[in-house]
Amino acid sequence: MNLELLQAYGPRMLSGLVTTLELVFISAGIGALMALPLALARNSRSRLLSVPAKCYILFFRGTPLLAQLFLIYYGAGQMRGPLDAFHVWWFFRDAFFCALFAFTINTTAYQAEILRAALGSLPRGQTEAAASLGLGSWVTLVRVLLPQAMILALRPLGNELILSLKASAIASIVTVPELMQATKLAFARSFEFQVYIWAAVIYFLMVEVVRRVWILFERRLTRHLVRAAV
Amino acid sequence: MVEVDRASPRAQARQANTSDRAVAVELYGVSKFYGPTQVLHDVSLKVRVGERLVIAGPSGSGKSTMIRCINHLETHEAGKIVVDGVELTDQRERVDQVRREVGMVFQHFNLFPHLTILQNCTLALIKVRKMSRKDADGVAMELLERVRIPEQANKYPGQLSGGQQQRVAIARSLAMKPRIMLFDEPTSALDPEMVKEVLDVMVSLANSGMTMLCVTHEMGFARQVADRVVFMDKGRIVEEADPETFFGNPQHERTKAFLRQLLH
Repeated sequence: MNLELLQAYGPRMLSGLVTTLELVFISAGIGALMALPLALARNSRSRLLSVPAKCYILFFRGTPLLAQLFLIYYGAGQMRGPLDAFHVWWFFRDAFFCALFAFTINTTAYQAEILRAALGSLPRGQTEAAASLGLGSWVTLVRVLLPQAMILALRPLGNELILSLKASAIASIVTVPELMQATKLAFARSFEFQVYIWAAVIYFLMVEVVRRVWILFERRLTRHLVRAAV
Repeated sequence: MVEVDRASPRAQARQANTSDRAVAVELYGVSKFYGPTQVLHDVSLKVRVGERLVIAGPSGSGKSTMIRCINHLETHEAGKIVVDGVELTDQRERVDQVRREVGMVFQHFNLFPHLTILQNCTLALIKVRKMSRKDADGVAMELLERVRIPEQANKYPGQLSGGQQQRVAIARSLAMKPRIMLFDEPTSALDPEMVKEVLDVMVSLANSGMTMLCVTHEMGFARQVADRVVFMDKGRIVEEADPETFFGNPQHERTKAFLRQLLH
């Protein structure tokens, strides 16, 4: 490893790493909060709720993240007038916020679909037993269905987070100073190929941390299955 | 046959002293469709407080559907269902009111796998009856003793046998102090050697005076505890009689054919 190189570009890449983490975890966090209502709307018997939710999920899962990001970043630039009128131009002016916005709406769609599938695959008997005991729909969801659905959703959600981590490199295209952007800059100035290897190792380590944390989550959620014949 | 003779005066006595009691469940001309298929045809039934009803019939005859209509797990398209004086409609309050009075035991137990046995029994007490955890634990332990598995209270459903799980399901239901209990083939998913422990609990429940509607293929249970047996076929009630008449002298061809097959 070239120490001079590390000294010259290491700090910038570290700050890029922080930006990447902010981008991914803030969007995943907001996405997690919005995914549940969206999944419930998607599963709702009311078409007024289920049709818009379905369209949202179809659109954002069906189109490339890069296209969504361009749509927001360049689209916002062309709509400065109206955005100013709504006092949101400060948000869309900033490449980081544009990327955060695009990542959030994208991961929300994926997470909602994962939750919907997990909730949908629980045996109907669970809902029926809860109903026969007089449990309300909120208690049934929170105390009966979600704890079971989360076991099913956990792995796909972990997958989604890992994919988001790596897809965050896309933000470098719209000038967000995240890890890949910092790496590209370092390479452009030094022509040292190894900076890309550093970046790869950093991405790999992030994914590895997520993987290990997920194993802990899984243990916690499935503790009732220990020694069980399920 | 001996058993039938022995049961007969008792059954008659029971019949006599339930016939003037209040009506617990009444169905008037209930019909139900799944799409174009009609699964219940104009079903009428009256169950009095304290009565033990066994509903028999081949699979697909609508017997499960009928009792699932009584706590509104299924909706009916025509006719009227009155439970403890409350007519079931789609109105939320009425459904809730009826479900507070009616307990249900399912073929596949439907325990909550992520909660301990005790938590399974206390969840509704705490969330619906607004009991403190301590009081709820007390009620639940009492019922777990009644179904004879208090020592399993802190295990998870997956660690119990089928028979034990079904007894927990009965305890969970009873914790809500229902006045009417519905059983939907409670022993059909059990290994043969576990059927008895569940039936024993049901018999003792019957002896305590609970109003019970049981869909079951356990004809021994029907003879022993039923006040009345209702036979259904193709979504209709074909025959209803006290167990002695039902088993000894069935009227309809369809009933006779069904019973012949059971005797094999």
